[in-house]
Amino acid sequence: MTFIPKPKLHHPDLQKNALGYTRRDYEGPVSTLCAGCGHDSISAAIVKACFELDIEPHRVAKMSGIGCSSKTPTYFLGASHGFNSVHGRMPSVATGANLANKDLIYLGVSGDGDSASIGIGQFAHAMRRGVNMVYIVENNGVYGLTKGQFSATSDKGAKSKRGVVNSDEAIDLVGLALQLGATFVARSFSGDKTQLVPLIEAALQHKGIAFIDCISPCVAFNNHEGSTKSFDYVREHNEALNSLDVISGREEITVDYEPGTMEMVTQHDGSVLALRKLHTSYDVNDRVAALTYMQERAAAGEIVTGLLYVDPNPRDLHAHLDTVETPLNALNDDALVPGARALERINAGLR
Amino acid sequence: MQPTDIHDPDYFHKVVDCQWACPAHTPVPEYIRLIADGRYADAFMINWKSNVFPGILGRTCDRPCEPACRRGRVEDEPVAICRLKRVAADFKGDVSDRMPPRPTTRNGKKIALIGAGPASLTVARDLAPLGYELVIYDGDTRAGGMIRSQIPKFRLPEEVIDEEVGYITAMGPEMRLGQRVDSLKGVLDEGYDAVFVGTGAPRGRDLPIPGREEGAANIHIGIDWLSSVSFGHIAKIGKRVIVLGGGNTAMDCCRSARRLGGDDVKVIVRSGFEEMKASPWEKEDAMGEDIPILNMLVPIAFIHEDGKLVGMTFDKVRAEYDARGRRNLVSTGEEPQFHGCDDVLVAVGQENAFPWIERDIGMTFDDRWDMPVVDETTFQSTLKNVFFGGDAAFGPKNIIWAVAHGHQAAISIHKFCQGEDVAVRPPPGVTVVSQKMGIHEWSYDNNVSLDLRFKVPHRDKFAALSDIKAEVELGFDLKLAFNEAQRCLNCDVQTVFDDKLCIECDACVDICPVDSISFTANGEEADLRTRLSAPATNQTQSIYVSQGLKTGRVMAKDEDVCLHCGLCAERCPTGAWDMQRFLIDVAQAESACCSK
Repeated sequence: MTFIPKPKLHHPDLQKNALGYTRRDYEGPVSTLCAGCGHDSISAAIVKACFELDIEPHRVAKMSGIGCSSKTPTYFLGASHGFNSVHGRMPSVATGANLANKDLIYLGVSGDGDSASIGIGQFAHAMRRGVNMVYIVENNGVYGLTKGQFSATSDKGAKSKRGVVNSDEAIDLVGLALQLGATFVARSFSGDKTQLVPLIEAALQHKGIAFIDCISPCVAFNNHEGSTKSFDYVREHNEALNSLDVISGREEITVDYEPGTMEMVTQHDGSVLALRKLHTSYDVNDRVAALTYMQERAAAGEIVTGLLYVDPNPRDLHAHLDTVETPLNALNDDALVPGARALERINAGLR
Repeated sequence: MQPTDIHDPDYFHKVVDCQWACPAHTPVPEYIRLIADGRYADAFMINWKSNVFPGILGRTCDRPCEPACRRGRVEDEPVAICRLKRVAADFKGDVSDRMPPRPTTRNGKKIALIGAGPASLTVARDLAPLGYELVIYDGDTRAGGMIRSQIPKFRLPEEVIDEEVGYITAMGPEMRLGQRVDSLKGVLDEGYDAVFVGTGAPRGRDLPIPGREEGAANIHIGIDWLSSVSFGHIAKIGKRVIVLGGGNTAMDCCRSARRLGGDDVKVIVRSGFEEMKASPWEKEDAMGEDIPILNMLVPIAFIHEDGKLVGMTFDKVRAEYDARGRRNLVSTGEEPQFHGCDDVLVAVGQENAFPWIERDIGMTFDDRWDMPVVDETTFQSTLKNVFFGGDAAFGPKNIIWAVAHGHQAAISIHKFCQGEDVAVRPPPGVTVVSQKMGIHEWSYDNNVSLDLRFKVPHRDKFAALSDIKAEVELGFDLKLAFNEAQRCLNCDVQTVFDDKLCIECDACVDICPVDSISFTANGEEADLRTRLSAPATNQTQSIYVSQGLKTGRVMAKDEDVCLHCGLCAERCPTGAWDMQRFLIDVAQAESACCSK
């Protein structure tokens, strides 16, 4: 744990975004996680993504549960809203918050314990309902806060720091999310911000449930030989499908790529995802193919990363429920209490 | 880029910008930490070893360290290094028992030192403990040279000079004061093993324009006038005074004139305000004493009536730059300006003069300036047993340069007398020690203070102007000193990277408050500088590049604005980063000739 605050002094040429904020303005207090924790890198990636997208900090609600991962919202976006829920219950709280005020940007941060064990039911329902939020699982395959037991995402056959071999099958959150109808599914690695930052940016712009499974090595309990979530293992077995540029608004696409290697995904709000394809035959809009491909590559021992699936025309919870345009929390009494005459009309219609 | 060789003493030395910029390479952060720790005597002795005159320099130094200070690149102003030095001198108490004892045995070599200014005194300080018999000559009756004769007492009280010059005279050199040397040959004939010439730049430049002779009674050469004021020969001046010149001597002249009866004192300078040679703070102090500085005015003539000076005329000019960027002052064509005055002080430069060195004794003088040819490293003249230093060597500079020259000349003299090659310079001593005390604890205070530079309290202006001996600056008190000391970034506590331990987790990149650290593909320096977390545009600052890491990338750290806060090392899970105090001990004569 670091005892001193991060000095306020910054690089003299530090850039400002359209709102006049620097990247440093999106930070929070110094992390109390173990030095070198992958989660801190993810926090830094979130900071960078929000800075680059000119997001107003007060328009973001950080939602989390319990665990190392769920502590991290304290360490980024210090000027945003935050809610630490009960263990594994972040998806319900986020769903409720999103129902009440759909205008905020919901950023859920969870871990493999929080989402794949105690909260797996909650995870499943947030996916299938399509809550408009970013859902990041900081996946280290281990219970760090209780000293390194296997978690539900630990691969079968992985070795713990003490040498014990995991005999249980791993829960594949990416597979679940795809099956359950998530409209944006990605996998990334905390040690590769060049990949992670654009993915978070794209997820923040996605109008539906955007799930990112982010492998995040636990340096204290799961970064040894035999682990399948260590820096070395992930780097060795990482197969990136594509690399992403997020182009928001009317910016022109100026980057030149070889023909056939670029894929443009125009999203509902007009923003464009420019995908540089590393596997040319892979179709990022084909959910069924994605599921098959993930299974195949996993069986071959590869960790597939990148944007795995995106529905360019997603529907979210509010669309399913056909709610009004105005956020529910902003509706006044006139709209909410239609009065005796309206009630009479309804009753009459039911007779 | 090639991996950085951090074992080259110069690499980390350059990171300590202040120490690197100091001609005498004073370990600045080291003594500032001691001040913060209340160890004033220790802080003083570190200074004394490097720069010999801490109390004097703490008031008068030209401070090459401060523009170099890293703090000035991350916020508005550098650490007040110079005035902290004074704090060490002010609060050190009695340090006489820490001074080197008089040697009990002589080494049989006899050295003459001509001039008793900072250069000669430094040579004496370095050589006396080694057993040399030293004879110091000076035309003045008291030692100190320009420190005593030219710096006004309201900037540097007499007691401070007495004390710090006294430490050296107490080491036992023979002081032949009041004996102006008028023949080098005569000195050489006395059989010295070596002679050091530290006679300064004693001749003030004159201004031979019309009216100079007629107005002579009220036209004074700046440094001579300051010297007469200093020794009490002059105690007043006319009410209206013009000071010509834009250097620190001009600032001393105008401020002295204000204290000796000058009510209407102005400084008139050929160049623009920014190009003036005077240090910014000296200009500020002068203006603070109601002395206007008029720029871009070239003197035309001294105007006199009935044999008495009444004023001067000036041509208003503007600066034009030619294709090569050289400045020309071109008349604006306006009517000449007249400025009335009773006295003029001419402070337009000074130069060395060696009428007392015979030209037939085998010493080579250059053709252009008629100055002795002196080696820039060894300070040896072409007459192998004669060495130069201070302003006498390469023209007017500052006290700290004289001290630096003195140290080098002392090494040369020592080597020369021991029959060794003076061109082979002794290497510095380097100590690098980890500052790690616990998992996240360091033996230096790594919490970066956000305070802005503190101002040194000044004496009340009325009281200051009414007594030429009343020191204007009162110095930091201990509380101010502590707070100012805390502004130091501890640049000597180096970030040391071990590529074998790094797991490339990015923790250091994420925590670094100034975006100094990057992990990226290696490349040519010019290309690499553009690809870092923050582009490294300050070409004077190094990029610290590691060996190739597991992913094939390298760690590249821009040293430019690193706060040395140690957070990279605190957040590093494997100890690949460590904070190590780098102490470089630049060689002095004591250890110079290791063989003897």
